Amino acid sequence: MTSMLIVGVGGQGAILFSKILTEALVEKGYDVKMSEVHGMAQRGGSVSTQVRFGKKVLSPIIGLGEADILVSLEEMESARYCSYLKPGAIAIINRYRLLPGSLADGKESYPEGIVDFMSAHFETHLVEAAAAAQALGNSRCMNLVLLGAMSNLEAFKDLDWETVIRRSVPQRLLDLNLKAFEAGRALPW
Amino acid sequence: MPKHLYSGNEAVARGAYEAGVKVCSAYPGTPSTEIFESLPQYEPALYCEWAPNEKVALEVAYGASIANVRSMCAMKHVGLNVAADPMFTAAYNGVGAGFVIITADDPDMHSSQNEQDNRRYAEFAKIPMLEPSDSLECQAFIKEAFEISERFDVPVIFRMTTRLCHSKSLIELHEPIEIESKPYSRNASKFVSTPANARRNHASLEKKLADLEAFSNASPLNQEIDNPGATIGVISSSVAFLYAQEAFGDKASYLKLGLTFPLPMDRIRQFASRFERVIVIEELEPFMETAIRAAGIECEGKAMTGKIYELNPQLVEQRVLGIQKPYVACPIKLPARAPSLCPGCPHRGFFYALSQNADYVICGDIGCYTLGCAPPLNAMDSVVCMGGGFTLAHGMAKAFEMLGDKRHKVFGVLGDSTFFHSGLTGASEIIYNSSSVIPCILDNRITGMTGQQDNPGTGRNLMGGSAPVLDIEAILRSMGYDKVLVVDPWKLDEVKAAIKEALDHEGHCALIAKRPCLLIKGAPRTARRFAVDTQVCKACRKCLKLGCGAISMKEGKSSIDPVLCGGCSLCAQTCPFGAIKEA
Repeated sequence: MTSMLIVGVGGQGAILFSKILTEALVEKGYDVKMSEVHGMAQRGGSVSTQVRFGKKVLSPIIGLGEADILVSLEEMESARYCSYLKPGAIAIINRYRLLPGSLADGKESYPEGIVDFMSAHFETHLVEAAAAAQALGNSRCMNLVLLGAMSNLEAFKDLDWETVIRRSVPQRLLDLNLKAFEAGRALPW
Repeated sequence: MPKHLYSGNEAVARGAYEAGVKVCSAYPGTPSTEIFESLPQYEPALYCEWAPNEKVALEVAYGASIANVRSMCAMKHVGLNVAADPMFTAAYNGVGAGFVIITADDPDMHSSQNEQDNRRYAEFAKIPMLEPSDSLECQAFIKEAFEISERFDVPVIFRMTTRLCHSKSLIELHEPIEIESKPYSRNASKFVSTPANARRNHASLEKKLADLEAFSNASPLNQEIDNPGATIGVISSSVAFLYAQEAFGDKASYLKLGLTFPLPMDRIRQFASRFERVIVIEELEPFMETAIRAAGIECEGKAMTGKIYELNPQLVEQRVLGIQKPYVACPIKLPARAPSLCPGCPHRGFFYALSQNADYVICGDIGCYTLGCAPPLNAMDSVVCMGGGFTLAHGMAKAFEMLGDKRHKVFGVLGDSTFFHSGLTGASEIIYNSSSVIPCILDNRITGMTGQQDNPGTGRNLMGGSAPVLDIEAILRSMGYDKVLVVDPWKLDEVKAAIKEALDHEGHCALIAKRPCLLIKGAPRTARRFAVDTQVCKACRKCLKLGCGAISMKEGKSSIDPVLCGGCSLCAQTCPFGAIKEA
């Protein structure tokens, strides 16, 4: 069984990411469970969804030291959830910084050394999703860029991504999201 | 048969539809909201609505049950406090057709003000209770709930938790069953709760509970999962069962309980007798453990698992088996990333205006606007429960009156949906027992925090139809507020002037800050964006006092993120140097 954590900041699209991922895993015949948090957590706070898949999944959620793969839509959030990872697990990190409200006054700066710390302890893959998304003219599709990058992992090699994206995204945003996915898939891994 | 990923909430809605439910009423509340958001797709087989509050929802569903159709209501855990009054008496009376009360508890308080364990309500109100563990059981158990309700002539509590409501797992879809409707005929001795009827009904309820315990002992809702050679017997229910199963694996055998009130005590006694150790795994209160011990059966549980916050497989493993998996903690100090009012949120301007005077006492309420408490606004003295904003304010004002304190000015602040939920009674209280409180309604034309649900003020209903718009201003005037000021919270001068006018007013004055939430689908939005002229900016940081997520200091000057900016212009209005202008 594989346990995953998809983390980011409210509004970055962690839930759509997880929805597409889980639907693709179901198509492939896996037992899948996914857990998300609603309500207060949406308003610009730190968010996480958990996805578990395999032959048979029991609990929908995990605890410390149990995740195999972390996908972080924001740089610092990867470190916030790193204790949920098995040592040496895979971490896919968007090199994108969103300043938390607590730092808006400029008195303290965004913490440095996150990527070095993550790279030292985990099999870390850095993704420049912001640049890829901006090249497509919409920074809000970073989540699909990350999904495309993640699809290069062995565990997801032959999932039917396109079919699932087609039915998960509104028609007017479909072309953008498909391009974002492909852009992510083509990024150096 | 194809399998579909359904959340627990979606699966309950699907199962209820398949069970032939006809009338459904709820008030939105995390984590229960999506049950009712997924009901309209099953029209016209069923009717569903957002009620103004949970008590109304429970009464509506109960009325439908008396009229002989299957019915259900849903609410978050604290909502059942509001709905408790009719529930206790409905238990005495019994039902017409199947009647199910869904409570969604929130262990860990992901989006709640407490983590009360509503299983206690089942015992307190003498109502049988089902607890599913995953989406498949949500779908199957809700059907059982209607069956049990009809067979034993009782309401049934269907208890869910956040991790069940918001976790998706696979289910198969079935066709709805056809239910033959029974004609209605008056049954006053059953449904008119006079003392004479209630005495008889209480006695009959006790008899039903004895029958239900026998049913529970035999029911397949409670099942044993045996692992040969296991020396530990685990008794568990709800999603905690899955945590236990993952933590103990085949080291334990399990008694997995789906019908947890009345507990199947004979089954439990028989199961427990086979093991050296019997461990109860449950979240929050020792609901099962206490009852099992009281029956003279030895077991362990809460001394190890704890009774606060939620569990997970790793916590069960660590606390019960003493196994800690290795993990790496981040040594770098990470700044908090707390939720905050959205950029452009209409609530911000109102709280900013109130935050300017330290003598203002602000009794807040439950909703997005609870976030007015967060720094840098810090504009809140109390938040307790739905509707409490007005009435706590009245109490504080009376206390200041008794103390001769004229310095503090008390504001009660709540939203439009909360006003209809339980603000109306508080607004009456302020008039009836005259206090100086200024009730304020932050009318953003929607129920915001739970994700944009309609309410009596929005003009639409749950099934997508149009509805009459209840006029908050007219309601307040009819109560006796001789001055009701309606302001646009994007205009700070207007808000400040209204606050002053309200404080100076001799009679009773109420304030309505009216502007639609930016997240309402199809709501008009402004295209304007604001930017800082860094040549003019003196870095005084006044704009940062708004606590807007779009504004931060960059290279020593204020800066506005054009993607995040909501166009409210509050920053431009607060800048003393005119450095912020429309971009």
